[in-house]
Amino acid sequence: MTVALEASAVAAKLEAAFPGCTVESGDNSVFIKPELLLNVLSFLKTTSGLNFDYLNFLTAVDYQTHFEVVYNLVSLDHNHSINIKTRLTDREKPVLPSAVSLWRGADFQERELFDLFGINFTGHPNMKRIFLWDGFQGYPLRKDFKQ
Amino acid sequence: MVLKTETFMLNAGPQHPSTHGVFRMRLTLDGEVIQDMEPVFGYLHRGIEKLAEGLSYSQNMVFTDRLDYLASMTNNHAYVVSVEKLAGVQVPERAEYLRVIMAELMRISSHLMAVGFLLNDLGAFMTPLLYMYREREKILDLFDMVCGQRLTYNYMRIGGVSQDVPEEFLPALKRLIDSLPRFIEEYEQLLMTNEIMLVRTKDVGTLSKELAISYSAAGPVLRASGVKWDIRKADPYSLYSRFNFEVPVGTKGDVYDRYRVRIAEMHQSISIIKQAMEQIQPGDIQTKISRIFKPAKGEAYGHIEGPKGELGFYLVSDGSANPYRWHMRPPSLINLTALRELLIGVKIADAMAIFGSIDICVGEVDR
Repeated sequence: MTVALEASAVAAKLEAAFPGCTVESGDNSVFIKPELLLNVLSFLKTTSGLNFDYLNFLTAVDYQTHFEVVYNLVSLDHNHSINIKTRLTDREKPVLPSAVSLWRGADFQERELFDLFGINFTGHPNMKRIFLWDGFQGYPLRKDFKQ
Repeated sequence: MVLKTETFMLNAGPQHPSTHGVFRMRLTLDGEVIQDMEPVFGYLHRGIEKLAEGLSYSQNMVFTDRLDYLASMTNNHAYVVSVEKLAGVQVPERAEYLRVIMAELMRISSHLMAVGFLLNDLGAFMTPLLYMYREREKILDLFDMVCGQRLTYNYMRIGGVSQDVPEEFLPALKRLIDSLPRFIEEYEQLLMTNEIMLVRTKDVGTLSKELAISYSAAGPVLRASGVKWDIRKADPYSLYSRFNFEVPVGTKGDVYDRYRVRIAEMHQSISIIKQAMEQIQPGDIQTKISRIFKPAKGEAYGHIEGPKGELGFYLVSDGSANPYRWHMRPPSLINLTALRELLIGVKIADAMAIFGSIDICVGEVDR
């Protein structure tokens, strides 16, 4: 059985390593400040006992006041999982650091978020639209998208 | 005098017999050797995730059929598992058994297609594929018997399945299951002793264990690289904890291993179906759920082991009848991430074999 790690316990570990990095934690999710996201992800991947070596999926939700980007991480060795989330309030130019350097599996999924939500991932090797064509206007999975 | 040489740009797809739909690659070639590959997606993008936000949870079932259309039953299964997790719905035991039987039949069918198309891509044009189709046809006949459809089944329901199987189903299933191992062994014999097949697949397109994990590869692609990771064992859903089965793994992660893993998985699926047939009892097939189905505010990620890898749905509910966010973890798209790495440095003749061994369905890649 894949164990969904207690979010508060993971948040405590993260706070010890990067004070002030978590915003809140609940259920199976820890909310991280976007500035410290890449450090936290790298910590989760490399720290023994956590070893989140597998980025299961990466997606986003538009809550209209903000975007929530969700990283579902799994450790294949320990068979446990956690959701790492981050909130982006800037709708004009939402930016996050790319996780491709940690998990190459993030490549197409980050491009998908760029294509459909307009979230820019800095440091991504090939940040451009994936499904829609280059001249396409708007980002369809945003709630305010009008055809 | 020094001869000036230039790289050559080759376009493969979207209309190409080996691109499994409308996938397109732009290959940069230096002579016969691939220097770079850029995949081009989107020819089958229908915006299903957006469309799903405008329809109710049960209406969205039909979209799942149209994602990976070679494995509609398992898509149905992943979706109902996720919605049931979101809303906390219990499922009657008989319905769970029926789901397992359908999902494993679908896995056999999808793997038959994967192996058949791989051989097609290797140049054994159509003949082996049509043998695989012969067996797949029998599985489709069974699905037809159950739900009247051969491709887009729309069979599972939130809290159960749409209808119980007819009386003649279980005897027909038994006949099929008794005959299948013989056919699969026959294909194995024909192909494993075929020198061309071995030379074309062994040590071709090798994906190391570390890279497979880093690329978030899933399903047979991950297991062929030697990672024993199967959601049916790692995080059992439905009734999978009740069945005895093995998780076949490869050692090198080459095209041959991916092919072997799929063949071995078919045998395991047959064993699971046999056990399910012994255990299944008459009973209810559907939990009553309210006609206006509104899961409480919250989110859930449910996942299953699909034929192509981990298939999951991340659903966010705002308490209304329609999902607020409906995201699918597409194993086909994520498995493709490793393709560029696999193709760089190999000869153009191997490109289609490597691509075929990943086994994608463009309906799921583009969504």
